[in-house]
Amino acid sequence: MTHHEFTTPVDEAAIRALRVNDTVTLNGTLYGIRDATQIHLFDRGRKTRFDLAGHAVIHTAPNVKRVEPSPAHPAGYAPVCVGTTTSARMERFTRPLMSQYGVRMIIGKGGMLADSLAAFAELGGVYLAIVGGAAALETTWIEQIEDVDLDDLNPESLWRFRVKGFGPLLVAMDSHGTSLYTGLKAAAAGRRAAALASLGVK
Amino acid sequence: MDVDLKRVEEAAKELYIRALKILPPDIKSGIAALARSETDATARTILGTMIRNIGVAEERDNLLCQDTGIPIYNVTIGRGVNLDGYALKQAIRTGCERATREYPLRSSVVHPVTRANEHSSCGRGIPVINIDFSDIEGSLAIEMIPKGSGSENSSWLKMAIPAEGVDAIKTFVVDCVLESGGKSCPPTIVGVGVGGTADLCVHLAKLAATRPLGSHCDDPEGAALEQALSAAVNQLGVGPQGLGGDATAFAVHVETAATHITMNPVAVNMQCHSARRARATFTAGGIEYGF
Repeated sequence: MTHHEFTTPVDEAAIRALRVNDTVTLNGTLYGIRDATQIHLFDRGRKTRFDLAGHAVIHTAPNVKRVEPSPAHPAGYAPVCVGTTTSARMERFTRPLMSQYGVRMIIGKGGMLADSLAAFAELGGVYLAIVGGAAALETTWIEQIEDVDLDDLNPESLWRFRVKGFGPLLVAMDSHGTSLYTGLKAAAAGRRAAALASLGVK
Repeated sequence: MDVDLKRVEEAAKELYIRALKILPPDIKSGIAALARSETDATARTILGTMIRNIGVAEERDNLLCQDTGIPIYNVTIGRGVNLDGYALKQAIRTGCERATREYPLRSSVVHPVTRANEHSSCGRGIPVINIDFSDIEGSLAIEMIPKGSGSENSSWLKMAIPAEGVDAIKTFVVDCVLESGGKSCPPTIVGVGVGGTADLCVHLAKLAATRPLGSHCDDPEGAALEQALSAAVNQLGVGPQGLGGDATAFAVHVETAATHITMNPVAVNMQCHSARRARATFTAGGIEYGF
């Protein structure tokens, strides 16, 4: 249970050093992606001009305010409330995000599934769990919306945030084949019979 | 009592923003109580972060969660209230749209086929506007619920049969909580509808999921189910965010309706830990905001 401070991008060795129950705090660049972003990238042949190699992506679609572009708001957007959405819907995009774009970290809530865990092991990636619904706090870790791509999908654009002290995030799936969710789900399923017995279910 | 629909429009706007920013006191106490009794270290940290987030949202006057949800307005019209019902619905819709454009809020609402977003939090049939009536003299109440998708995607209906009995209801609820895992942003309020038609059953589950903590089903059979199921689902160890622990659900809430001799329907609709709602009550004396 070690804490790691990362400035993005990071290399494969840094990711391979992470184990479940470690914590990570990010500084630097963070990309925001969502369902529509990835449907357009991987199902509809669109491309991004951003270089995601070695970076973290967060499952998000933020509340933003349009403002005049300025040094403080180079993309013409000010963050209002930036949070995190449920990751499992985007399960099938983990592998192409890693193999085609070199993404190393996925930040989300609720966990991802077996194919993501396999991709993390094969390609060197991790899933970092954030507390869902804690967006007011999360927004204080966002310094700036630096840039945005695929903005016709707004709010599901591809966002480039600059972050400071983004975390601590919990390593919930690592590159060594371990997922906290798998173990906990099995344990919970194992308590099903006792719960039903307590309800008098025959 | 005559109702000025311009004030209803303003209230519909204000309610959406208030609901997104201020968590009801029963939910705040509920999270604090779960944090006090939690025995798992990771779960305690997560619950602590949720409590910290409520404080940050209040200090910075910001939204609690990024998910502005699907807007739902529950309207309860008392006796002796004179209004144009069609215009009332228009006023609510306009208020919802204004909140989104003027604040601005993220519009989370898209066409179900084209996925086009009108950036107004409105669309075909949205916002959901439910109209009911009460025997309270001279009162118009509007409750606003921004229903987040993480929990709304954890929704199920089972048309069980009479031969499966109440056991089918209990088993279904436990299995839905297991299936939902961390996806519904636990600790949750597990809303359960029992009886009715298929659509009424699901609606009852939503009413149950969005009821204040500490409230009970007014059908004694439903209240007994609530108590038993609340204890049972919290034995599962799903925990906050599905990362293990005691605090899987604040409570299981049940609403019931009579059903057909051949039917035994049960529905589950979850509400996340950011169980947001806001209420405006119009009387002859003015508008009062609350929860």
